[in-house]
Amino acid sequence: MSPSTDDAVARLAEQVATFLANHDPMTTDRIEFLRARFDAGLAWVHFPVGRGGLGLPRELQPMVDAMFEEAGAPDNHPRVNVIGLGMAAPTLLAYGTEEQLDTYLRPLWTGEQIWCQLFSEPNAGSDLAAVATRAVRDGEDWVVDGQKVWTSSAQNAHLAILLARTDPSLPKHAGLTYFICDMTDPGIEVRPLRQITGEAEFNEVFLTGVRIPDSNRIGAVGEGWKVANATLNNERIAIGGGPVPRESGMVGVAAAAWRSNPARRRPDLHDRLMQLWVESEAARLTGQRLRQKLMAGQPGPEGSAMKLTFARLAQQLSGLELEVLGAEGLRYDDWTLRRPVEVDFLGRGPGYRYLRAKGNSIEGGTSEILRNIVAERVLGLPPEPRVDREIPFKELAK
Amino acid sequence: MSELDLLYTDVENDLRRTVRDALRDRVTPSAVIAMYDGDRTVVEPLWKTIAQDLGLAGLLVPEAEGGLGASAREVATVCEELGRVVAPVPFLTSAVVATVAVIGSGHSVVADLATGGTTAALAVPFTTAPHGALPHLSATGGTVTGAVPNVAGALEADVLLVPVDESDGLAIYAVPVAGARINPVVSLDMSRQLADVVLEAAPGTRVRGDGEGSLRAALRTGAAMLASEQVGIASWCLATTVEYLRERRQFGRPVGSFQALKHRLADLYVSVESGTAAARYAAATLAVGDSDAEVATAVAASYCGNVAVTAAEEALQLHGGIGMTWEHPVHLYLKRAKTDQLAFGQPGEHRSRLAELVDLPVGSGEADGGSADGGPVAAPPGREIS
Repeated sequence: MSPSTDDAVARLAEQVATFLANHDPMTTDRIEFLRARFDAGLAWVHFPVGRGGLGLPRELQPMVDAMFEEAGAPDNHPRVNVIGLGMAAPTLLAYGTEEQLDTYLRPLWTGEQIWCQLFSEPNAGSDLAAVATRAVRDGEDWVVDGQKVWTSSAQNAHLAILLARTDPSLPKHAGLTYFICDMTDPGIEVRPLRQITGEAEFNEVFLTGVRIPDSNRIGAVGEGWKVANATLNNERIAIGGGPVPRESGMVGVAAAAWRSNPARRRPDLHDRLMQLWVESEAARLTGQRLRQKLMAGQPGPEGSAMKLTFARLAQQLSGLELEVLGAEGLRYDDWTLRRPVEVDFLGRGPGYRYLRAKGNSIEGGTSEILRNIVAERVLGLPPEPRVDREIPFKELAK
Repeated sequence: MSELDLLYTDVENDLRRTVRDALRDRVTPSAVIAMYDGDRTVVEPLWKTIAQDLGLAGLLVPEAEGGLGASAREVATVCEELGRVVAPVPFLTSAVVATVAVIGSGHSVVADLATGGTTAALAVPFTTAPHGALPHLSATGGTVTGAVPNVAGALEADVLLVPVDESDGLAIYAVPVAGARINPVVSLDMSRQLADVVLEAAPGTRVRGDGEGSLRAALRTGAAMLASEQVGIASWCLATTVEYLRERRQFGRPVGSFQALKHRLADLYVSVESGTAAARYAAATLAVGDSDAEVATAVAASYCGNVAVTAAEEALQLHGGIGMTWEHPVHLYLKRAKTDQLAFGQPGEHRSRLAELVDLPVGSGEADGGSADGGPVAAPPGREIS
């Protein structure tokens, strides 16, 4: 690290220490503590001053989080507000008005307001620019009608980022606009979407005459696609985190099943287990290499490649786990309709893992779309011909 | 323990550029293709450049023994570059495997190897896995007798390093090739042509007793460095194929714009990236003597061996008819990749060893209901059968 960075680290550590001295985590009210932390610029240090940050390099954030954790400070339940923290906040920062930033950033960060994302639709999943939900201007408001799907946290969310079509006479990418939507509006109906596992992690969201003030528009009218891409790029940055130990995740589960079931060991299963073990270890090291590249300032779209690998390995290993377990693998743990906030992949049974892993190659970009991204953006191969690029949306075959 | 660095250091990148420049000037696909018709004139000047002019023969030898005292990381980088051009030089067989077998022996052959003035080959079949069966020759009165088939690097060697059975274990003898019969083998990969070695009372000197550990360390280093060579092969195949599919037009558009082909290349890219990480980790563990080196090597060897073959096979298929021609270099890579997959232990052999190392034993259980050596079948927690 350069000397100037060393200085910044020392100064920042001192700021955190001073803050903790002035706001005893044990006696300060949780929300008051979080609000004060935001105001001190210690929420996300790479954000600007006055917006929860100090304008410092992003890589200093883990140190701040670690110091707060060590002091026993309350956190903002980051896993409950994944969309808000990971996607809405950076999008607001990039495209929001001063007024929007004043209104939304602090309660977003403290977790007083949970966000969800109203992007995907039944006919616009991988082809996200095909969203059909209409937003029609009516005075100072927009009136929104349509249906969204695969919305996690919609049942808990206060606010949503919304992609809607404001001009169907333009080609599909040009007629979209990006809004902040109030999930408590009476025109919004959230229905759990039950999945093959029996539970409902996601929801369908029906929007009927939902009124959104124009002041809640993010970016210019017709610029929704550009803004949405900023959001989605943040989704891909989210890969990373700390070092991962060997036999983490699904390969560890399959290995444990092997070790605890000596009677079921057969050469064919063993060969597959060892192949997948090697591939998992290679994938773990690839992730480590990618993280080291990011830290060395060599980021790229390689995260898409990692996701492809992890999806495939989770699926193959969860299938193998059932085979190693034999008859025990025929029993399912629980078909009750539940609405979990986050997936408890390792805490559930083998059958659940097998079924849930099927979603890994669909959610967050299908494996087919990710292969296109790798081929075009990493390898530089020519794009697929796009036949709908110039045609007005309303004239496209639906 | 701190996390090992899996990227390339500035020193490694400089070394890579140096090797790449030297190879670009001195080795061409047509020169390597000529080896299949018996013309090996490319080998000697190229090897002199690599070993002596660039001084790479002494990379792994400690400075105290006359070498450069570099580590497996730098050697791996060199192996990648050599793989990228299917270089017909005995770097892996002499500067890596043979050299590691005798480092620390105190014998003068180490310093000779370090200068590149002497080239050596370990007299074991090229297919020998680090934990596999070793040949045992016999020695009496300063002479060695026995035969070893399919030895890599023997044709280029001045000295053979021979495992010899002695009463207290496996010793290593140095046998000058002048006293040996080296019978060239028509090899699948003529850029690393094999030879059958026959010793009939060939004069030799004892380099070290108690040599089994050194031999296995040499083979393990060979397997780990071969993984980097395989990464080099696979990287060339991927890059060349991408380049070709961007240019080649069929059905009115570049072939590379067809999704069916793009997806195959994306998958190949993912494999090559993973192979790079696995090979880098193996090199990094060997460089610092990390206790995980044996696991790391088994992972890299079993993963990268298949990646190189897949990359070469995909390259050939996606080049279409031109990929089947003698003129196009892709066949050089396929032959090297398939040979490498069988060298220093096949992927399956490395997985078997790995299973022992990471406590995933192979077993012989019966199908459901059987309990050959297991206890009763546990029900999932919290569930009762009513």
